[in-house]
Amino acid sequence: MYPRWLWKACAFPGVFWLVLLFLVPFYAVVGVAFGTLDPIFQSPIPIWNPVDWNFGGTLHTLAGFLPGNTYWLVFVRTAKYIFFAVSISLLISYPVAYYISRHARSTKVILLVLLVLPFWVSYLMRMLAWVGLLAPDGLINDFLIWTHITPEPINWLGGHAGTVIFALVYGYIPYMILPLVAALDRIDKSLIEASRDLGMTASQTFFRVTLPLSKMGILGGCVIITLPMFGDYYTPRLVSGSPKTTMLGNQIYLYFHGGPQPDVGATMTMVLAIFLAFLMAYYLYSVAKAQKDLQ
Amino acid sequence: MSTVADTSSITDSGRGILHRLRGLVANPWGKPRALMVITWAYMIWTIVPVVIAIMFSFNDGRSISVWQGFNATRWYWADPVYSVWQDAGLREALFQSLKLAGLDMLIATPIGVLLALGLARWRGYGARPANFLMLFPLITPEIVMGVSLYLVFQYVYTFIHPSTTAQVLGQVTFSISYVVIVVRGRLLSIGREYEEAAADLGATPAECLRLVLLPLMLPAILASMMIVFAVSIDNFVIAQWLSCGAGCDTIPIKVYNAARQAPLPSINALAAINVYVTLLAVLAAFVLYRFLTRGERVKGSQGSTITKMGSIDFN
Repeated sequence: MYPRWLWKACAFPGVFWLVLLFLVPFYAVVGVAFGTLDPIFQSPIPIWNPVDWNFGGTLHTLAGFLPGNTYWLVFVRTAKYIFFAVSISLLISYPVAYYISRHARSTKVILLVLLVLPFWVSYLMRMLAWVGLLAPDGLINDFLIWTHITPEPINWLGGHAGTVIFALVYGYIPYMILPLVAALDRIDKSLIEASRDLGMTASQTFFRVTLPLSKMGILGGCVIITLPMFGDYYTPRLVSGSPKTTMLGNQIYLYFHGGPQPDVGATMTMVLAIFLAFLMAYYLYSVAKAQKDLQ
Repeated sequence: MSTVADTSSITDSGRGILHRLRGLVANPWGKPRALMVITWAYMIWTIVPVVIAIMFSFNDGRSISVWQGFNATRWYWADPVYSVWQDAGLREALFQSLKLAGLDMLIATPIGVLLALGLARWRGYGARPANFLMLFPLITPEIVMGVSLYLVFQYVYTFIHPSTTAQVLGQVTFSISYVVIVVRGRLLSIGREYEEAAADLGATPAECLRLVLLPLMLPAILASMMIVFAVSIDNFVIAQWLSCGAGCDTIPIKVYNAARQAPLPSINALAAINVYVTLLAVLAAFVLYRFLTRGERVKGSQGSTITKMGSIDFN
């Protein structure tokens, strides 16, 4: 009933916008990463033609990621922080998601509202809240002194790995719980009843029915919070600020805003994007596979 | 409360916890206390710090960590030098944030609505890649988008300098996807039957669009406008990478710059204003959507809209 071209024409402005301001910019990163440097000003000169790409600088930067080299330490630290942050998030998220989807009943709506609330509070505000709480004269230290756990205030914000991991967990955990709740909600109740009817104990039911069926939710939640964590530079800067806790994101930020080497920064951004693209591809692949298995 | 534990027999606390845990798995449809405690503790842990930070915006003294009495107005407008309204930097940041969010909303919504229509109904070569492309801004880490936009304005679109214009362009780029997800969900749920019926009854294609499709899409359009406003005003990374310096500072940038330099409660007040505005926008989106789609719901499906509204925010 509508003319054939109509829907295509509708999609055009949006696709055009995304090509111009999402795909082309990404190619700009690639161009700068494989570009050369101005001999006098040391400012990068991007090269757009893949035939002329200069791999020297890129390889040099990549070599920095090898064990023992410049970026190795930062890379390992970032991976370590993210590993701990994701694991802790999962340990907290699963019981919460399980409770909300299985047992909350009449409180489910209010719990869901509370669960979604942090999404709509600016991330910086949530970090600012902890900067105030963890300050030497803040409420956390007041409490610790009051309970005689520590005789004098602890300088939480002075560059502790634990504080950064804690802040990462606090910042990103809401994004993990929601997919978990969705995954647990999708599990057919009759499967659990069937398992119980056929004589499985409660824990067997959990480990052999519920847990495997929520596997995609766990994987999804982990991927969804791992992606932004790898690019995070503001969390470590806000709750630590010390060079001892810099992450990959801080390193990239530094190359653009502190030092005169945007080409190194561009290479790192490209490496990060490709690395994360693999992670994402693996996730999409497992989702597709899981859906196929179900059919 | 609990269908499992009888509290009187628990003398040995270790055995008590074990007993509860066993009861918890023994009756998965019951109301296990341990999980309930974890869940509520989690809720308190996520929400109370923000409430405390907002509370400190009403602090009478100059500290964001020591409570010195209540003063409702000092850091919002009463303090002649440092309050949000009197400190030119903070006031400008507030206006810059509102300006960016408003412009973003006005540009991203129409583009996103059209794209959603196209993606939901365009069947042919190019539809799948376009669908794929739309998802990317949601899952790309913001720093990658920030760097790439920063470089593209420096080396390719050299006529655009880091400025408010650049910030708007960047924010629209990632906001489009939010609009598409909200509106496309709506399009898929209303189907094409209403338009076909209208066409059978003699409506021209233009009338189908204007009299049938547009009113049906309106709730989603308004809701997505509010959501774009909310994600845009909370955005930090892209606004920062495309910032022209002090003149382009938004609220999150101000918070980021001030947080570790002995901030005054006026920063809390500024961040709190951000929270109020965002929550108002989201509440408006939710209420508008519920009101405009009243009578369409099946009983018992409550809660799904709430989860959906959160699940589209990936940043």
